[in-house]
Amino acid sequence: MKQFWKSMLRSPSGVIGLVILLLAIGIAVFGPLLFPNSPWRMVQRPFLPPFTLSTVPLGTDALGRDVFAGMIFGARVSLLVGLVSTLVALVVGVPIGAMAGYFGGKVDDALMRFTEFFQTIPSFALAIVLVAILQPSIYSIVASIAVVSWPPVARLVRGEVLSLRTREYVQAAVVTGQSNTWIILREILPNALSPVIVLASLMVATAILLESSLSFLGLGDPNLISWGYMVGAGRTVIRQAWWITVFPGVAILISVLGLNLIGEGLNDALNPRLSREGR
Amino acid sequence: MLSFVAQRVVKGVIVLLAIVVLNFFLIRLAPGDPAVVMAGEAGASDQVFVQQLREKFGLDKPLPEQLFIYVKGIATLDLGFSFRQQAPVSKLILERLPATLLLTLTAFAISLALGVLFGTFAARFAGTFLDTAITIFALIFYAMPIFWVALMGILLFSVTVDWLPSFGYETVGANLTGLAHVVDVAKHLIMPAMTLGLFFMATYTRMTRASMLEVKRLDFVKTARAKGLSDGVIQRRHVLRNALLPVVTLAGVHAGTLIGGAVITETVFAWPGIGRLMYDALLQRDYNLLLGVFVTCSVMVLIFNLITDLVYRLVDPRIEFAA
Repeated sequence: MKQFWKSMLRSPSGVIGLVILLLAIGIAVFGPLLFPNSPWRMVQRPFLPPFTLSTVPLGTDALGRDVFAGMIFGARVSLLVGLVSTLVALVVGVPIGAMAGYFGGKVDDALMRFTEFFQTIPSFALAIVLVAILQPSIYSIVASIAVVSWPPVARLVRGEVLSLRTREYVQAAVVTGQSNTWIILREILPNALSPVIVLASLMVATAILLESSLSFLGLGDPNLISWGYMVGAGRTVIRQAWWITVFPGVAILISVLGLNLIGEGLNDALNPRLSREGR
Repeated sequence: MLSFVAQRVVKGVIVLLAIVVLNFFLIRLAPGDPAVVMAGEAGASDQVFVQQLREKFGLDKPLPEQLFIYVKGIATLDLGFSFRQQAPVSKLILERLPATLLLTLTAFAISLALGVLFGTFAARFAGTFLDTAITIFALIFYAMPIFWVALMGILLFSVTVDWLPSFGYETVGANLTGLAHVVDVAKHLIMPAMTLGLFFMATYTRMTRASMLEVKRLDFVKTARAKGLSDGVIQRRHVLRNALLPVVTLAGVHAGTLIGGAVITETVFAWPGIGRLMYDALLQRDYNLLLGVFVTCSVMVLIFNLITDLVYRLVDPRIEFAA
């Protein structure tokens, strides 16, 4: 563990990414407490330019709502959706990949065809269709992002399990009569964890991008403000008020960049062997 | 070669069938009775009309039979009827398809050309300032949401310096012909294609760089050097050609993402393709049209995957066409 942090902190991208992520989490958790302006309430005249009033530092949108407040509350939605949908995708993808890799043969064939099928379907189009049909809400958004992002997890885990299955310590566990579940959970998966962690960090970034795109198209949760929604709402008035679209977009860019950098740092720290391959 | 293509086509058809079945159940997941929804879309809701619709679309039949009718319909390119637009879904899609193909293929060409170019440069000058600059550039573009890049493009090139048109396929009412028309469309195409292309350019840049650095250390490159070949020839003929393999694979994987990106890009730039059609269907909750576009996107991805598979085999002489 100490070794891990040491190499993580040695990679500049890892450090920058960690700083960005901690900042974003801090804003998401404490921001709304320190800055209680509701992002939905009208606080000033519409189209107030940024940097004119210190109480509304980033100006107001077409309805006089505080852009800064929207960005702070939006951080919650983006991070939450990113993390939870990645977790759900892991919960689906890891068992499928582990079973395919461990049992092999027909089980492997069936599960991998199933995975490939989901990988062939254009993911963003499927996400749009799912959210539209299930009706936009934070649950349908998380579910549809998870549905389109689990296949790479399954494939990665399958590959890892496939190579770990033949190791001697796993064979030893088989010989001592351990159950399959026990072997998979206690012997194999812990050793397959590091590439999964790297992939997960990148998946959170992709999930944030997906969520913002869905919200931008008007498929966000109508009760929650999010960065994508703000950009979408500011889109029609971009000629009069650039700030409504620019600032939330910068927030998305920085968070996604931070997570990608963490992914790179983790990659260097956890699989030095793979680090030169890039992605 | 032929048997390989045939095999892949059969596999593609099976996947397509599965997608159609998925589509069928998705329609039934949509809120409300499909007949009532359709009646609502058509703007009428009396019982007689609903019953007529039910019979016309076989909604009074048992589910397996409905599925069969649906699959048969799609096999004959019948994707249903859009009551909102008062036209068959397949007709609406076919009208819009050329614009989407123009956009996605241009964006794909831009992203691949620039990505391979920048990636090659970064690998060639690895560790220098140029490499760092290209890497940071790629990282940033990789982290930007496409809709935001599109809006920033409009802000920069249409609002601030009025160089490029911010929406549409051609100048409305200009009625240009011949070369003038081509130039006009090209002008409208630049921003959407660049927007869509830049995100993928970033991934190809990173992939090409990593892959070139990987190949560079292999023995056959040393051999080529020992033979006294010039550096340029080694880079182009030996390193790049082999380094392109993972890039081609990535391009195939990205087909679906490219089409997803087209939905966003077309929406922002009012580009009259199927992505924009999907957005309109979304706004109007026109589920028939929405799912029709979805099936079309899936078919496009399947075809694109088949093509990348073929290209992969052309680029990599080690793989034979026997599957």
